[in-house]
Amino acid sequence: MNILICIKRVPVVGRKIQFTADAQEIDTSSMGFAISPHEGCAVEEAVRLIEKHGGAATVLTLGPVEAEEQLRDAMAIGVDRALHLQTDGREFDPIATANAIVDAVRADGTPFDLLLFGNEAADTGDYQVGVRVAHALGLPCVTGVTALEIHDGRATAHRQVPGGVEIYEVALPAVIAVKDGINFPRFPSLPGRLKAKKKPLVTIEPTWQNGGLQKTSLLNPPEETHQVVILGKGPEAAPKVVDLLAELGLL
Amino acid sequence: MSALPSHARVVVIGAGIVGNSMAYHLAKLGWRDIVQLDKGPLPNPGGSTGHASNFIFLVDHSKEMTKFTLDSVKQYKELGVFTQSGGIEVSRTPERVEEFKRRITSGKAWGIEDMHLLTPRQVKDLVPYLNEKIILSGFYTKGIGTVDSLRAGTLMREHAQKIGALQTFANTEITGLQVENGRITWVETNRGNLRAEIVVIACGLWSPRLARMAGAHIPLTPAVHQMISVGPVPELMDTIGEIKFPIVRDMDTNMYERQHGSDMEVGSYAHRPILWDPDDVPSNEQAALSPTEAPFTQKDFDPQLEQALELIPDILGNEKVGIRYAINGLLSLTPDGFPILGETPEVKNLWSVAAVWIKEAPGIARAVAEWMTDGNPEIDPSGSDIARFYPHQRTKTHVNARSAEGFNKTYGIVHPREQWASNRNVRLSPYYEREKALGAAFYEAMGWERPQWYESNAKLLDEFGERVMHRQAEWDARWWSPIINAEHLAMRERVGMVDLSAFAIFEIQGAGALAFMQKMAVNQMDTPIGRVTYTNFLNEHGGIKADLTIMRLGQNHFRVVTGAFDGARDKKWLTDHLPTDGSVTLTDVTAAYSTLGVWGPQARAVLQSIGETDFSNQAFPFGTCRYVDFGTLQVLASRISYVGELGWELYVSFEQGARLWDMVYEAGQQFGIAPVGIGVYGTTGRLEKAYRLYGSDLEMEFNLVEAGMTRPKVKAEDFIGKAAYMKQRETPPAALLCSLTMDDPTSSSGIKRFPQGREPILTLDGNIITDARGRNSYVTSAGAGPSLGKYILMSYLPPEYAKVGAKLKVEYFGERYPVTVAAVGATPLFDPENKRIKA
Repeated sequence: MNILICIKRVPVVGRKIQFTADAQEIDTSSMGFAISPHEGCAVEEAVRLIEKHGGAATVLTLGPVEAEEQLRDAMAIGVDRALHLQTDGREFDPIATANAIVDAVRADGTPFDLLLFGNEAADTGDYQVGVRVAHALGLPCVTGVTALEIHDGRATAHRQVPGGVEIYEVALPAVIAVKDGINFPRFPSLPGRLKAKKKPLVTIEPTWQNGGLQKTSLLNPPEETHQVVILGKGPEAAPKVVDLLAELGLL
Repeated sequence: MSALPSHARVVVIGAGIVGNSMAYHLAKLGWRDIVQLDKGPLPNPGGSTGHASNFIFLVDHSKEMTKFTLDSVKQYKELGVFTQSGGIEVSRTPERVEEFKRRITSGKAWGIEDMHLLTPRQVKDLVPYLNEKIILSGFYTKGIGTVDSLRAGTLMREHAQKIGALQTFANTEITGLQVENGRITWVETNRGNLRAEIVVIACGLWSPRLARMAGAHIPLTPAVHQMISVGPVPELMDTIGEIKFPIVRDMDTNMYERQHGSDMEVGSYAHRPILWDPDDVPSNEQAALSPTEAPFTQKDFDPQLEQALELIPDILGNEKVGIRYAINGLLSLTPDGFPILGETPEVKNLWSVAAVWIKEAPGIARAVAEWMTDGNPEIDPSGSDIARFYPHQRTKTHVNARSAEGFNKTYGIVHPREQWASNRNVRLSPYYEREKALGAAFYEAMGWERPQWYESNAKLLDEFGERVMHRQAEWDARWWSPIINAEHLAMRERVGMVDLSAFAIFEIQGAGALAFMQKMAVNQMDTPIGRVTYTNFLNEHGGIKADLTIMRLGQNHFRVVTGAFDGARDKKWLTDHLPTDGSVTLTDVTAAYSTLGVWGPQARAVLQSIGETDFSNQAFPFGTCRYVDFGTLQVLASRISYVGELGWELYVSFEQGARLWDMVYEAGQQFGIAPVGIGVYGTTGRLEKAYRLYGSDLEMEFNLVEAGMTRPKVKAEDFIGKAAYMKQRETPPAALLCSLTMDDPTSSSGIKRFPQGREPILTLDGNIITDARGRNSYVTSAGAGPSLGKYILMSYLPPEYAKVGAKLKVEYFGERYPVTVAAVGATPLFDPENKRIKA
């Protein structure tokens, strides 16, 4: 089977986030970047499915030139090839992003059986791109997926909802947006890293469009205050620890 | 959380390994009312300690650093946080195979035991997962191991708290340091202010920021050291504790592989230097991991992956073993690679303990605490003294240039004479252009460019033939030229001129000048005006603090002249002791005067042909100075010598220096004058005369009696260290500084080898020599004596070996060469009666 995973390069932030002076961007000067966590799970899920069912996985991102790092990260754990929709610094909103992905999927021509997305990006949290791509390609779509099985050309997707689990079965090809918790992504091995450097990566120039969203400014939520309570020291503290565990319903 | 106290005897800023060690040692030495502050949480406030690789290799070519490390290991063992794993450095190149022999030699000189050179097979026996086919040899040290530095810090902090000496406040950020009348007064924090008598900055890579708050400088830069951790490794799964296999340093690729439980840590010093600014390091709140665990930059590490895989293929080539953790760990680098310790020259009672790594932290803290307590640390920290820096060395340009250059030499094979390439040509003497035209090979001395030798003197090589003592081994001849020895012979036979503009010069003036100089110097300073005195400064315990000359220019006017490498430190020592009543002033006139030395049998003739004064022995005796007219130049001529020849140091205003050079050079032609470099002045000339060099032959760990520099009489006036000095004079010395000569320098491969300094002196049986105070005998200085046709070594030897004619050995690159004690004490090998100086 052929799987496409769409990922996003996002900054890895600490407890407190610093913005640029115009409050339009996160100040990333001392920050690292990674694959947005839900999408990291999508990559892992794809690699596991390929290991089980055979086939090939393609990773796609829309992002700046540096986003190649995240494509290589995905290839380091087993994805076969990458498509890089290289942006020029202008921001792509969800509509523009979805359209660029749809164009790239069509142009690539690979008959993808499964298009995996993260449920939402860690930085912008739009929850839209996967749905828009599914709509544009006329494919079924399940979001918020925390378990996925493929059998006989169909996908069974589990979705956590308050008070229970929804189970969907859809025919392939389909779009699935997965959530953190569906798996525990593996760490790349050293040979994996070395192989990733040589795997094929195609760079594509996406068409920017004004999707209609206009960012006003970024705001930090009010800081959470923490109260540290020291339960005690040494063996004497044990009963209090037991009480606390009981209170938390862990016993 | 309890409130900050309003006052503290000492505020220690930082709760990493350094701050905790400082609090512990101060408390142990009886200090109380210590307050420790850190902006981060405990036990890991987020500095470099928290991500340190925590392993300790013992051997360093620097005695000072090795001693700090050995003391630290001892302390970590006492705390129960040291795990001895052994460690192996492996070589991939023939140069490294040779370097290991040199490393063993240094280790022996500093008293390290259980070091062995290993064959690849033997390395494999100790580290079964290593690919022995790509290595040429190994250098194993049994005493290497790992520590839990966070635990060590906690134990030390808690000890100081338990005895009631220390209060610690985490999550407390310093917002300001107040200074009044040049002294630290207040520490301002986000939780209130406290009055502090002494402040110790021990906060690693943030230290420059803190120092700046008080108007001081701690010249270091945060820099990246990349590290990845891979696991779980099947071969390591059954490890009980942290480590069971020796740590491997892959020296030629600048990498290490170190087991950590079931993981393998791979670290690199091979990537491009990545320097940070302390202001760009994020706060604990902003950082994703910790402030000093910066985001990993994969591209910088990529070239290292393959090299690591080559060496450890079984583990790193396993596709099931994942890279679980990867950081650009931030640590502190300094422009000369040494820590930054001591009271800042800018602010009294503000101390720095910065750029200190895990391997040396407790030892350094002990030394600094002792220094703060009574000025007498057991291990001499002079090489790391913050006062060593000159102003240009505190600039960001210098710090970054040299730190970047030094970074890739972390595992490098660095020749003792190797020169820095970056940020050169900062301090130029007025002779510089002349020297350049004469083909000077410029070596740097604290920013000054000094000719080491002159290519234009190559013509002298033919004249002196075999007497120039050519060197056959590339290492011995590296950063060296036989022209040095030819210049030496030309000076001894005719006359030479030497650029000494790098001298640091201080004017001491005022009504209290004489009393002040009496207090500072061992020698009688109440001399006639125009007398030049060679003397020493001691600390209260009789350790040698300085070695310099002082001219008396007036009733209340002295001029102190000292070497470039010591000048900044000596200036602080003098300044610290100035009377507070303003009766004495110190003015740094280093930049006001250039100095030209003219020495050799023809020196008098040269100067007599220019100067309008009588240079005869009667009119201008040795040890005197006076102003002389050289045409239109007024020159201060001082008749002393560090090369053992008749001659003068000529001091002239800086802007007139070029003219003085031209006068001497032109007048000297008919007498065969040669420009002579520092290769002669600093090594060959002085070694033949057994003249000592501060920092090599003289240091705080040795006293004047041991150095053979006792004066016949002790002056009646008091001076710093007098009581200790009197006692030293009555006690038989544990060691005596001797001059030795090489008997036969022929190596097993048939070529002659010449030690370059810091090698161990051994008994004929090859045993290490240790004196009654536990100090090993090693070569303090080494160099040719072309006039003697001998190669000279200086070394402190216990009395039983300090006998003329005693036969010993010196170890050099793994081989032992016979040496003979040629002189004990200050007796020169060349012209022992000093006839030439006084000619």
